[in-house]
Amino acid sequence: MAFIDYYKVLGVDKKASEKDIKSAYRKLARKYHPDLNPNDAEAHKKFQQLNEANEVLSDAEKRKKYDQYGENWQHGPEYEQARQQQSKGQSGGFGGGASSGFEGFGGDDFSDFFQSMFGGAGGAGTRGGRQAKYRGQDFNAELRLGLKEAAETHKQTLTVNGKNIRITIPAGIENGQTIKIAGHGGAGVNGGPAGDLYIAFLIADDPRFKRNGSDLYASAKLDIYTAVLGGDVTVDTLDSKVKIKVKPETQNGTKVKLKGKGLPVYKKEGQFGDLYITYEILIPTNLTEKQKKLFEEIREEGPPTP
Amino acid sequence: MVNLIATKEISTYHDVEYSFINSLGEAGLVKLKVVKKDTYVPETELQKLEKMIRMHHELEINVAGIEAIIHLLNRVEQMQEELRVLRNRVR
Repeated sequence: MAFIDYYKVLGVDKKASEKDIKSAYRKLARKYHPDLNPNDAEAHKKFQQLNEANEVLSDAEKRKKYDQYGENWQHGPEYEQARQQQSKGQSGGFGGGASSGFEGFGGDDFSDFFQSMFGGAGGAGTRGGRQAKYRGQDFNAELRLGLKEAAETHKQTLTVNGKNIRITIPAGIENGQTIKIAGHGGAGVNGGPAGDLYIAFLIADDPRFKRNGSDLYASAKLDIYTAVLGGDVTVDTLDSKVKIKVKPETQNGTKVKLKGKGLPVYKKEGQFGDLYITYEILIPTNLTEKQKKLFEEIREEGPPTP
Repeated sequence: MVNLIATKEISTYHDVEYSFINSLGEAGLVKLKVVKKDTYVPETELQKLEKMIRMHHELEINVAGIEAIIHLLNRVEQMQEELRVLRNRVR
C-alpha cells in the first residue's frame, strides 16, 4: 500500500487554504466528473482520487492527522488497528456510498491507504455533494466471447451480486457492443426503481477471419497451377468448409464473395453477411530440373497475348 | 405502463428545488407529465434527471449549462460509437 499525496492529487500547495482546496477540487471535478466523461474508466478513477483527496483535505481534523503523520502514516493508530482487523479476517468495510451510482461504473471505495489512515468510519455522508440516488445503481459487467459464439444466439446464465440472471445473447453481437438488462442493477432507494445491468461484449479476434460488421474476410492460398489453369479450392467458413471453383488465369489478390457465409446480422433473423475470400497465389519453390525446363519452355513461347 | 414518480418526492429526496426540475422540463431536457395539476417524472426519465441533478449539485451547473453539456454528451456518445465501429474495422 503506497502513500498518496493528496496535495498533489488536487494540485495545491501544502499551505493551501480551505478556499484554495475547495476551488481546486471544483475545477478538477468539473473536468473528471463521470457524468461528463461517459465510458471513460480513467476519468472515473481520477474522480475517485479527487474525492478522496477532497475528503481528507477539506476536513480540518482529517487534514491535521494527514499532515501530522504524512509519509510516516504507518505509525498512525488506525493503521495498527486496520492491520489487526485484517489479520482477524475482517475487512475494514468503510463508509458506503463512496461513489455509488455513477453511470457506467460500479460502486467502489476509497483506497486502502485512506482506510488504514482514517479507519473504517470515514466517508459516508460527509463527502461533498455525494448522495445516494433514488433510482438504483447501474451495474456493469464484461463478457468475453469467441467469434463463433458471437455468431449464434445463445442463452447464458450470469451471476450478478449473488443473483442468477439468464440472458439471451443475440447472434451477430459486435466487439465493444453493450446490452442493457433493465432492472437488474442495484435496488432503488425509498421505493425508487432498480438500476440496470449493462453487459459489454468483448469478442476475441479469430485467427482465420477478419470481421467488418456482419461480413467476414479471409484469405485462401492457391497454387500457381490452379490459378493459371483453374480448378477447385476448399476454404473454411465459420462453421464448415466449402469448395469453390477457381477460374483459369486467376490473378493474385482476386477477391471472391461467398454470399450469406458471413455472420448473422444483429437482430435481423435470417439475414447474413458475406464472406470475402482473397486469393494468395503461391509461387513454387525448390523446382526440379524438369520443372525449371518446363517453365523455360513456357517462357520461350513468348509472352501471352493480353 | 410507465411508473410515474411525483416531482415533489424527487425534489425532497434530492434536496433540489421544484423549480429546477420544472426548468429542465421546460428546456425539453426531461419529459414531465402532469396529472390532475401534479407533475410527475416517468420512471424512464429518472436516470437522465438524476444525472442533471448531480451536475447541478456537485458541479454547480445551471440549466443552460446542463443543456449545452447534454447536447455535447450526446455527440460524444455518438462519436464513441462511431469510433468503436471503426476500431473494429481496423482490427
